[in-house]
Amino acid sequence: MKYVDEYRQPEALRALAQTIRKMGVSGARLMEVCGTHTMAAARFGLHDLLAGVVRLSSGPGCPVCVTAQREIDLFIEMGRLSHVTLASFGDMVRVPGTRSSLERERARGARVEVVYSPMEAVGLAAQSGREVVFFAVGFETTAPGIAVSLMEARRRGIRNFSILCAHKTMPAALEALASSQIKVDGFMLPGHVSTIIGARAYEFLPTRRGVACVISGFEPMDMLQSVMMLLGQIRNGSPRVEIQYRRAVSREGNRAAQEIMAKVFEPCDVEWRGLGMIAGSGLKLRPEWADFDAPSRFQVPVPESKEPQGCRCGEVLAGTAEPWECELFGQACTPEDPVGACMVSSEGTCAAWHRYRR
Amino acid sequence: MTQDRVLLAHGAGGRMMGELIERVFLSRFSGTGARLGDDSATLPVAGPVAFTTDAYVVDPLFFPGGDIGRLAVCGTVNDLATAGAVAEWLSALFVLEEGLEISVLESVAESMAAAAREAGVSIVTGDTKVVPRGAADKMFVATAGVGRLLRPWPITGAGAREGDVVLINGPIGDHGIAVLSKREGLAFETDIVSDCAPLGRVAAAAVQAGDVHAMRDPTRGGLASALNDLAAQSGVCIEVDEAAIPVRDAVKSACEMLGFDVLHVANEGKMVVIAAAADAEKVLEAMKAAPHGEESRVIGRVLAGPAGQVTLRTAHGTTRLIDKPAGELLPRIC
Repeated sequence: MKYVDEYRQPEALRALAQTIRKMGVSGARLMEVCGTHTMAAARFGLHDLLAGVVRLSSGPGCPVCVTAQREIDLFIEMGRLSHVTLASFGDMVRVPGTRSSLERERARGARVEVVYSPMEAVGLAAQSGREVVFFAVGFETTAPGIAVSLMEARRRGIRNFSILCAHKTMPAALEALASSQIKVDGFMLPGHVSTIIGARAYEFLPTRRGVACVISGFEPMDMLQSVMMLLGQIRNGSPRVEIQYRRAVSREGNRAAQEIMAKVFEPCDVEWRGLGMIAGSGLKLRPEWADFDAPSRFQVPVPESKEPQGCRCGEVLAGTAEPWECELFGQACTPEDPVGACMVSSEGTCAAWHRYRR
Repeated sequence: MTQDRVLLAHGAGGRMMGELIERVFLSRFSGTGARLGDDSATLPVAGPVAFTTDAYVVDPLFFPGGDIGRLAVCGTVNDLATAGAVAEWLSALFVLEEGLEISVLESVAESMAAAAREAGVSIVTGDTKVVPRGAADKMFVATAGVGRLLRPWPITGAGAREGDVVLINGPIGDHGIAVLSKREGLAFETDIVSDCAPLGRVAAAAVQAGDVHAMRDPTRGGLASALNDLAAQSGVCIEVDEAAIPVRDAVKSACEMLGFDVLHVANEGKMVVIAAAADAEKVLEAMKAAPHGEESRVIGRVLAGPAGQVTLRTAHGTTRLIDKPAGELLPRIC
């Protein structure tokens, strides 16, 4: 079992698309909330396979895209301190803040290191002796890994490591979307966040909001099967949380990861680009771990942050506008010269459109 | 005392530099058929030639399947091959960081000499500079090359026409993944080796077998960049079939794991050949019979428009665009 080819068999995909058509459900509005789903749908041409039957729109599932301008600006300010090295996942490097980006700062002499895991950043601190600040961006998929890296730093007595915590959590954001004026009949739920938090974390969605829910894997076969399951719930008027991604997700989720997260982080209110402040949807360091909080450690001027003019990332993220409806799309805002995060992030909705569909 | 590291004095133009050049370069490069020792080389050229240059800053210097030296020779040979020219003479320029081990420099020179012999080229002139520690990372190499055109006119990227067939000489993505597997911080086990190879013979075989309209080597930016460049230059639309594009299983897995699109990953031993449909079979067979062409395949076709567009037919029948990668996928890949 190689886990790639088996889920991309052309005959099976076409057959599944046919089955979906024959279900006789039309006009359903489904929303996925994961950048990887956005990209996969575009890359495999799923919108074409489903055209006329289902509308699959993209919600705020890209952690890079939903990071508030203010946080990027703050991270850049810290990088301007001469004794600081910034460490970040690759996809943050080109995201524009109000005045600059990590890529530009690096060209101007700031120390910016791209890492593939937070442990690498801890290693960097140990080796270099410089103050290393890691940009902790991501949902519940990445938060446990960052928590472990802090535990490791403490265990090894590494004091020159800290994080700018910008983690966000999915359930509260989904609640906000479900209770907004955007009509969503069903959510295709994020597969990897769900491996951590488990299917039970979403049960309030069908019971309180009547929204159909299926936790989906990322191969085209997974996503088509999830659409079929969602339409089944909608047709039968029986919204619930189903797991399509059985090979990775359980009802309980990953208990060990949940415990590690709870040890280091606690919920807080946080601003999501495009959705505004959502109560309890962010993570911050618990008091016992606050010595790793970079904003407390470094006195930097709080930058004045401003969204770029004409940028409709917020609406695109909320699912109320499509990329092509933004005047800047493909003109002033391109992958080479992005104005907003939706275009520059490797999983942004606008980037997916520009790259695969235009 | 024999020096074991490059010193600033080695770049100063005096006796030490002469000794370094003799010991490291002349002893190896003169075996490629050239006479070195003058400031310039004179070439017996009659008729139109192709001329190209490239710099190499790959990190690490040695990776599975190759090194900066082999890259430098093959890269320039291949750029000439895409013009339908057979590379004959190369120059080699070295910018060395003070402190570089001379044994490393010798290994690189050895590899360049071997690649030159394999490609049938002579390294006839060059230059050496040494910069202080920190002003360069170990070693940078630049090569320029001259080659005679096989036909009286050059092959450019602007010659593709509606109805043409698109071919490639083998699987994509090997080089980028091989280099990446050696980078620190990324521990993944793999058997993937760089495809770095001289393609002069594959290109010549294609050109001599049939009507070749355009060629391009998909280096940085991968197959996606090369196809986009060809489509834009020729003012045509190129359509390729996902099921036909060869990719090794190990490369596919590595790309899925790391989140790379294999179409954007660099290659150093691949050539895209666009030929008239009537000659497609002859060109394919000729490529397969040439060294480094054994796995050649037809991967797509040229359509009239929209001009400049590149599309992929997925295995399940949908189509989507192939865009150029924006920005740097992997730094210092070649």
